[in-house]
Amino acid sequence: MSRDTLLWRVAPPILRSARRPQRVIERNATVYRRTPMVFISGFFEPLFYLLSIRIGFGALIGDVDFAGRAVDYAEFVAPALMASSAMNGAVYDSTMNIFFKLRYSKTYDAMLASPLGAADVALGEIGWAMLRGFMYSISFLVCLAALGMAGSWWILAALPACLLIGMAFASVGMALTTYMRSWADFDWVPAITLPMFLFSATFYPLSSYGGLGWIVQLSPLYHGVALVRGASLGVASWGMLVHVAVLVSLTVVGLSVAARRVETLLLK
Amino acid sequence: MSTPASVRVLEMQMLLLKRIWKTNLTLSFLQPLLFFLGMGLGVGSLVDGRSSSAAALGDVSYAMFLGPGLLATTAMLTAAGESLWPVLGGFKWDGSFEAMAATRLTASQVVRGQFLWLAVRMGIAVGGVAVVLAVHPDTRSWGILPAVPAALLCGLVFTAWITAWAASREYDTSFSNVQRLVITPLFLFGGAFYPVDSLPELLRPIAWVTPLWHGVELCRGFTLHSLGAIEMLGHVGVLVAWLIPGWILCDRFFARRLYR
Amino acid sequence: MTANEQPVIRARSLTKKFGEFEAVRGIDVDVRPGESFGFLGPNGAGKSSTMRMIAGVSPITSGTLEIFGLDPATHGSEIRNRLGVVPQADNLDGELTLLDNLIVYGRYFDIPRAECVSRAKELLDFVQLSDRSSGRVDSLSGGMKRRLTIARGLMNRPEMFLLDEPTTGLDPQARHILWDRLYRLKQQGVTLVLTTHYMDEAEQLCDRLVVMDAGRIVAEGSPRDLITRYSTREVLELRFGAGRNAEYEGRLAGIGDRLEVLADRVLVYADDGEAALREVNVRGLTPESSLVRRSSLEDVFLRLTGRSLEE
Repeated sequence: MSRDTLLWRVAPPILRSARRPQRVIERNATVYRRTPMVFISGFFEPLFYLLSIRIGFGALIGDVDFAGRAVDYAEFVAPALMASSAMNGAVYDSTMNIFFKLRYSKTYDAMLASPLGAADVALGEIGWAMLRGFMYSISFLVCLAALGMAGSWWILAALPACLLIGMAFASVGMALTTYMRSWADFDWVPAITLPMFLFSATFYPLSSYGGLGWIVQLSPLYHGVALVRGASLGVASWGMLVHVAVLVSLTVVGLSVAARRVETLLLK
Repeated sequence: MSTPASVRVLEMQMLLLKRIWKTNLTLSFLQPLLFFLGMGLGVGSLVDGRSSSAAALGDVSYAMFLGPGLLATTAMLTAAGESLWPVLGGFKWDGSFEAMAATRLTASQVVRGQFLWLAVRMGIAVGGVAVVLAVHPDTRSWGILPAVPAALLCGLVFTAWITAWAASREYDTSFSNVQRLVITPLFLFGGAFYPVDSLPELLRPIAWVTPLWHGVELCRGFTLHSLGAIEMLGHVGVLVAWLIPGWILCDRFFARRLYR
Repeated sequence: MTANEQPVIRARSLTKKFGEFEAVRGIDVDVRPGESFGFLGPNGAGKSSTMRMIAGVSPITSGTLEIFGLDPATHGSEIRNRLGVVPQADNLDGELTLLDNLIVYGRYFDIPRAECVSRAKELLDFVQLSDRSSGRVDSLSGGMKRRLTIARGLMNRPEMFLLDEPTTGLDPQARHILWDRLYRLKQQGVTLVLTTHYMDEAEQLCDRLVVMDAGRIVAEGSPRDLITRYSTREVLELRFGAGRNAEYEGRLAGIGDRLEVLADRVLVYADDGEAALREVNVRGLTPESSLVRRSSLEDVFLRLTGRSLEE
């Protein structure tokens, strides 16, 4: 990572102590090289969701109003599903997997005995989650295009948006994971992600929530959905900077907490 | 020995539940409630009022259509969640099945105990949905009462087959694919969220074979009083026909693994 | 130590506390380059805590600690770059093959991939695991896992090799293979620092050692030194039956240098164990069993602390 970029200079000190987080990514890539099926099946999930939206819900619902125009329901929901899948992938990678490595397999203990430090572990794991998320997002795009639901070329702008979502949720997910005491605690993960999935203006416009819209805006996923949907429907606005800022802030806070906690848990 | 062996297996598992019941109960209610609110009422507001949609749903509101289906999907999702890693783990990581087999329990008693345990877990989750349905005026019906055991029967089919799969694996590598390639499509295309009739003609027969569709139809039939006795018996028959081979496989794989 | 020879480990009043519990209570240690140095003591003596501080993965509570003349608090990464570590509990990567375990670990040290591959193959050979290089870690026996951990620790060609209880839990054959490999490293000039509660291990591998008990160093010297100082060359173990050993204390008086009566046996310290046994028979005593063995750390430790080592 280049040390002169602005992002690097404003990063919290603990993150700046990172040396070579890419080695952690390399380790994970080596593991997954041997189980490619996990990646391949990742392609089917978005396909299933998109198909069910198109043949099932699309037929029942028709058009919805978005930004003053009528949008086909499938076209309205697809970007939200893309954002949600970026979230789910990141959360999946950054919770159970990391808990296992942290508490059981002692993978990080071995890393910390080498020149790598806690910040490398945190940055590397989040980088890996982002990479995987990025691959899922690409496969999502391919599915969208294959089903003729891609809309315009604007949809490519959804990729960086999904990357931001993955980054934010992976960082926060890892930070929370360091506080988990047992597998039973993970039952609470869907209790957080499910309401976000259902109520982030995913399946119907923000306006349908009436006076409760402000609660929806508290959901980090809402900001992700808004970005991806804006990109895919070609609607850009200054408000999008706010969405970006929310996701970036979550990333920085999550990463710092995660690195700090790995240090407390393993270097004692 | 007064208590049946499988009940004693259940008792061991219940000790675990005692420690986590608060979380478990809260989540069991939360999940279906959120789905019902988010999909049933939320998406429902977009669906209801369109005449073409009403016809497709059989002249009921979307909430009425979706609600009973959630009983069956909840049973399936609970079965999938509790029968993959926990079952392999029972053999491999915490060795709880070995520990049971080391007592005088036979493999099939351990299997029955595991099924009973799953029935309890599914019962809690499905009970949560039932309460949500009973509270909402659209879906309130005495038919919910028989729909709960119907959902459990459907869930047991999944318990049996998934447990058999997990018990016959050495590694957990295939498990996320079971979730992604079997459970997720069933969840989405099994007729809970929209009528199977909207699927392409080629896919419909596949849906008709799946246990989830029969479970969903059965629960919906009870709750909305929309099915005749013969149709109901047919659905039950198919579910039982699915259950038996799965159960036999479980017995066989548990025996092979515990006494090799 | 000559004046220009900088110690690789230098500890002064080194202390480690976990909350109220003081695991290491102010120890002084100097280890010279190329030396084989051992920490001996029972479980809970503070050996592992000391090792973790030396390995730079555990901050010290007070005192000073220098590794290669550097402070682990500020130069942890540089220090770890020059260390090889074999922790007490194997933390091999269960998701990787044997070969990948080594390659991936080498990459943590920024060693070029091609170099990692050739070193990994060489080291698998060294620890006699080449034939399993594409196997999974969970298919290995305990001894093989330990050997693989040793190979992994050598990937960065460390100047100092830290081994925490390297042979605990291994069968005798596996231990001998391990000792042989460690001995070769010692011959190559690698500084070895190990903890153990086996005297034979210390005798085989250590030039010098310290005995730790309850966080303190209670004795220091070469293995031979310690045995001569605190024990005899041989020990005669006599068993007179449960609960009856104490009765024989008086009747055994005068045989060997010293007697130690334990719950299950009587230990007779003597330079010639066989001679002591003959004397026992001459006195008309008939123990249920008798055994002559060489003195061990057990005996040194018993002498130093009045307690048994492996309790």
